[in-house]
Amino acid sequence: MKRILVFGATSAIARACCRRWLEVAAQEGADPVHFHLVARAPEPLEQTASDLRARGAVSVTTQCADLADSAGHPALVQAALRDLGEIDRVLIAHGTLPDQAACERDPELALREFAVNGTSVIALLLHLANVMTDQGRGTIAVITSVAGDRGRPSNYVYGSAKAAVSTCCEGLRARLFRAGVHLIDIRPGFVDTPMTAGLNLPRALVATPEQVARRIVHGIERQRDVLYVPAFWALILGVIRAIPRPLFKRLSL
Amino acid sequence: MTDTVLSWGRYPPYPQQCTAVHWRADLPQRLAALHAEVGQTLPYGNGRSYGDSCLAASDRVLSTRPLDRILSADWERGILVVEPGITLGEILTLAVHRGWFPRVTPGTRFVTVAGAIANDVHGKNHHRQGTFGCHVPRFGLYRSQDGLVTCSATEHPELYAATIGGLGLTGILVWAEVHLVPITSSQIDGLTQRFGSLREFLDLSAELDPAHEFSVAWVDCVARGAAAGRGVYMAGDFAPAGTLEPLKEGGLSVPFTPPFSLVNRWSLRLFNEAYWRRHPARRQRARVGFQPFFYPLDGVLHWNRIYGRQGFQQYQCVIPWAAADTALPELLAVIAASGQGSFLAVLKRFGDRPSPGWLSFPCPGVTLALDFPNHRDRNAGLFGRLDAVVRAAGGRLYPAKDAHMTPDDFRRSYPRWEDLERLRDPLLLSRFWQRVTA
Repeated sequence: MKRILVFGATSAIARACCRRWLEVAAQEGADPVHFHLVARAPEPLEQTASDLRARGAVSVTTQCADLADSAGHPALVQAALRDLGEIDRVLIAHGTLPDQAACERDPELALREFAVNGTSVIALLLHLANVMTDQGRGTIAVITSVAGDRGRPSNYVYGSAKAAVSTCCEGLRARLFRAGVHLIDIRPGFVDTPMTAGLNLPRALVATPEQVARRIVHGIERQRDVLYVPAFWALILGVIRAIPRPLFKRLSL
Repeated sequence: MTDTVLSWGRYPPYPQQCTAVHWRADLPQRLAALHAEVGQTLPYGNGRSYGDSCLAASDRVLSTRPLDRILSADWERGILVVEPGITLGEILTLAVHRGWFPRVTPGTRFVTVAGAIANDVHGKNHHRQGTFGCHVPRFGLYRSQDGLVTCSATEHPELYAATIGGLGLTGILVWAEVHLVPITSSQIDGLTQRFGSLREFLDLSAELDPAHEFSVAWVDCVARGAAAGRGVYMAGDFAPAGTLEPLKEGGLSVPFTPPFSLVNRWSLRLFNEAYWRRHPARRQRARVGFQPFFYPLDGVLHWNRIYGRQGFQQYQCVIPWAAADTALPELLAVIAASGQGSFLAVLKRFGDRPSPGWLSFPCPGVTLALDFPNHRDRNAGLFGRLDAVVRAAGGRLYPAKDAHMTPDDFRRSYPRWEDLERLRDPLLLSRFWQRVTA
């Protein structure tokens, strides 16, 4: 039996991961899967839940919540625990892609975006860390981004929020390790989702949510620490991180 | 991501810009916005229509492929209610190990449910089960002027009949109820036998079709003289006992489009001779998995690229039973004389189960389908000669495969087109519809 708690459950990557968990369960001989899904918009959330039920989830319970409100996190996690009993996997997948230019004009907007993609995730992580430590087992998976590896002029608001989460993960992973809890930092590159619709991305580098979900679910089950998806992004980011600052600041990345 | 797409034949070469719909609730707003920007559009699924029936007149399509959710699954009765963009392959991954299979499947699992309805596709069991639309008793259709309309034989029966085989023109499918058939194994007990002429094929299918759920035949389209009309007849049924093996993904892929077609008269002759010789002269039985039986071409992803940048056209017609004896040999003679054609040339005897759809392609008769690498004289030359034979025999062409049918032929073959035009959503228009109703 696998009990999975998902935040941002209507995001394309989260939906694909949930389906992938069910596929794997079906292949490996009907390991029953229970989901508890949290998302902001009620209608997409209910449609996602019905889809997972039809695809073989034993139970799917849901909660509507705006995760930017971190005061609500403890109640959310408590309700999930009531439904699931114990938590085997947590997937944190909520987020937005801020309009960088708008953020530069309006620092208040930048802070709100930072809150959604950065501080709300950190707050949720810290709370979950306590709950999972009490449990003494389980895995927390967080979707960050390759954008967090280095600040780039085109999206450093988004990038810095993701970087904050990644750095938090690094420290928290070591803390949780002693408690028997695993934490994985998942860094996707370009994925063809509603979030990236309308962006002019290099086609050869864009993966589908189904492709990234395969690697993510595999990485979670294998307890990887940091996972670039698809794998070639590890190479690209290796090169980008190696660019010396005097040159980097002259590039329009 | 901005993305452009073509039809499966990559001809006519009008790249379509996609606007994706990710949630059912977004549909009205997306359609209205697209209408305000470009006028008319067209729903686009997984791009498996061959010609221009899936291309918008404005070259701006509304992609419903991301709508791939299941609303409900009744695994006791084999009834799925699904969103329009889910593919038959995705249904197979869920259904086969549970002992269910689509009641009708075309030769590729990459079609969406909405595409299967809009083209009212058929399969190897047409002689028993009719078309895909025969097994979709209800669906929800979004129309720009009426909103969401539930259609069935009793609710909005005209819209129901217009939409099955309606080429995506009556509105945008939002959900559909798809009925499955129970299976006790995923293997097929198959039967194979060569035939030396079309006469032999007609006799074989008259003898064996009634006894088997599935049947189809390959015909050697380059054979001439005494060998003309030779081919291989294949029939099968789900094995009564066996295992339920889930769908396997993957396989080979054609990684890029070569500058010219790899299918030419030499490669064709070589292949057809080898394929003919490989099959037994006498009746032979064997058990095979459902994938090689139903979806032999799905094993090679992007196989449409082998025809090069010019693309290809498929010619698929149906000849009424009474005329099949004479018209089929004529068609094959015209094709063999041209030296063109494809490895995969398919003959199939349709049954007489009527489709609920007004513009459904199958009719009691024999269908012939084959691909031709594209070149500029194609439509006027070879296709013109084939059209004349089909016309004289009272047959018709398949809109889902078409990029050349004349308006006269279309109106004569599909007399209910005016009823469909009357119910067409004014916000939707395809290049095909524009061409044949001009």
